[in-house]
Amino acid sequence: MTGLEIDRPPVLRLQGIQQVYGTGEASVHALRGIDLDVAQGDYLAIMGPSGSGKSTLMNLLGCLDIASDGVYELAGHDVRSLTERELAKVRNEEIGFVFQSFNLVPRMTALANVELPLIYGGVRRAERRRLALEALDLVGLADRADHQPQQLSGGQQQRVAIARALVTSPTLVLADEPTGNLDSASTEEILSILDSLADAGRTIVIITHEENVAERAHRILTISDGLIIRDTAGVLQ
Amino acid sequence: MSFFEILRSAMRGVTANKLRSVLTLLGVTIGVGSVILLLAVGNGSAQTVQNAIAGLGTNTLTVRASQVGGGGGGGTTTASTAGSSVKTITTAVADQLDSAGLGHVKEVVPQVSTSLTVSSTSTSSTDVSVIGSTAEYFDVSTAKVASGAAFTAADVTTSAKVAVIGSELATTLYPTGSALGQTVSVDGSSFTVVGILAPQSSSGFTDPNTVVIAPITRIQKSYTGYGAVSTLTVLATSSDDVTAAQGEITVMLNQLLGVTDTSDEPFTVTNESSLLETAAASATSFTVLLGAVAAISLLVGGIGVTNVMLVTVTERTREIGIRKALGATRGAILGQFLTEAATLTLLGGVLGVIGAVIGTHWEINGTQPVILGYSIPLALGVSVAIGVFFGVYPAARAARMRPIQALRAI
Repeated sequence: MTGLEIDRPPVLRLQGIQQVYGTGEASVHALRGIDLDVAQGDYLAIMGPSGSGKSTLMNLLGCLDIASDGVYELAGHDVRSLTERELAKVRNEEIGFVFQSFNLVPRMTALANVELPLIYGGVRRAERRRLALEALDLVGLADRADHQPQQLSGGQQQRVAIARALVTSPTLVLADEPTGNLDSASTEEILSILDSLADAGRTIVIITHEENVAERAHRILTISDGLIIRDTAGVLQ
Repeated sequence: MSFFEILRSAMRGVTANKLRSVLTLLGVTIGVGSVILLLAVGNGSAQTVQNAIAGLGTNTLTVRASQVGGGGGGGTTTASTAGSSVKTITTAVADQLDSAGLGHVKEVVPQVSTSLTVSSTSTSSTDVSVIGSTAEYFDVSTAKVASGAAFTAADVTTSAKVAVIGSELATTLYPTGSALGQTVSVDGSSFTVVGILAPQSSSGFTDPNTVVIAPITRIQKSYTGYGAVSTLTVLATSSDDVTAAQGEITVMLNQLLGVTDTSDEPFTVTNESSLLETAAASATSFTVLLGAVAAISLLVGGIGVTNVMLVTVTERTREIGIRKALGATRGAILGQFLTEAATLTLLGGVLGVIGAVIGTHWEINGTQPVILGYSIPLALGVSVAIGVFFGVYPAARAARMRPIQALRAI
């Protein structure tokens, strides 16, 4: 199995990634040099205490922010060299986000929220509807399609968010503390959905500080003070 | 992202907070509506004055004797020349003027006027304006005979006791039947009513519907005597010749009356239409004033839109972050908020136009408003421009943010 992994092209490749906020005396080194390869189909958990730089890393991975230094390649694109418009396209097609606070657009139905990335991707209306309903069905919320976020429970909102992340069939699903705002029953629901996605061959990166969440992943990365201090890649499970 | 999708998300934004959208609309609606309506009111009053000018007949001049009472045409009052050799304007002078062959003068019509009690067998009316003139009076004045006929030149020659009376006076004296052919008593003397005037709107000091008009010879013989006449109405050959006629009349009158000091003429010549042109000019400045007041309300409405757009964008920065994370380009974000602002202001503007158009169906303070054609695109354009201009700035700022900055916003 280890031999096969080497042959697969990495979805993510980070080399010497540094992120510095502020300048001079007040500058903060959030990331001090991250080297990381994530292969196709990996289920990776990034752990670390708060302030360790894991959220910064997540934002860089999701192209929500640009690193101060280092090379980040996503599905073969060098992110630094992309224009604003190309970045928007990469976010639209290559990445599916799941946020801790769900981040659904208020006053829009679950279906409309799931359709949103497809609208920006220029998918036609009928096709859009079909894909969105399919994604909602996958998370078991097809019957809640016309509910607005405020009419849904936290767990249901997060499932809508996962449907939204999946609807474009992205290269990478990025989840930032997806269970941070949920009770244990909802957490279990979300984690089992992520498990089934991983089983279906999706590349998933999840950020968490909860052991029980990280344990579900195939590979755990621990970050402290802007550096990777532990990586379970290659370690037999 | 297609234009249709941008429009749809903008409409969703407009309908998301209905109360706020309606209040914003209201500001724009009132602004646009008041600009159009107030300009229409100003324009309507200007047109009323212009219609009055047209009704007066623009080719007449009025000559009033300065020392004889009852002038008051707004002209200068000259110092009294009584006791000098200067003669007064009499019917003889009027005849001389008329037959002098002045190039731009068509007719000179003398008038005497007095105020007397007029009665029928049943009722009487005091202080009625009694005018004595020639048969040409009906050519030069706005008084037109509606029923019966005007008195003739022969009636004037024979000092006939005939009269043409105003429509209101006719119904006052003979409320049950027609006054035509009936006899009215003017200060004791009986006159036969040969004609009744058409009703007309008042544009002077006396009500034109309660007058008695009779041959000048009869009025002089019975009441005023053969002295000075009160006014001469001069009909110019055309409305373009009024100024030339005014000059000719002035020179000729000075000659006939033996005036040597032309700075002290015993008469004034007024051009009625010039008075009304002044009124028209003041109506125009009235329009400008109303327009300025309305423009302020439009500006206030525009500031309201700006405020709402600022609040909306700030409040929805997080939403902008979500949209950017999902792959929205800068243009898509900008387009959404821009369309939202334009939709709000355009909708408000259109409602304002509709309101104003409906509003002009009623008389406002006695004036029928007349919509100025350019005011509609102007008011609409300004309101949309304000909305879009002030919508662009906050939207552009938000669209430029890194998604992570926008997402962190509360």
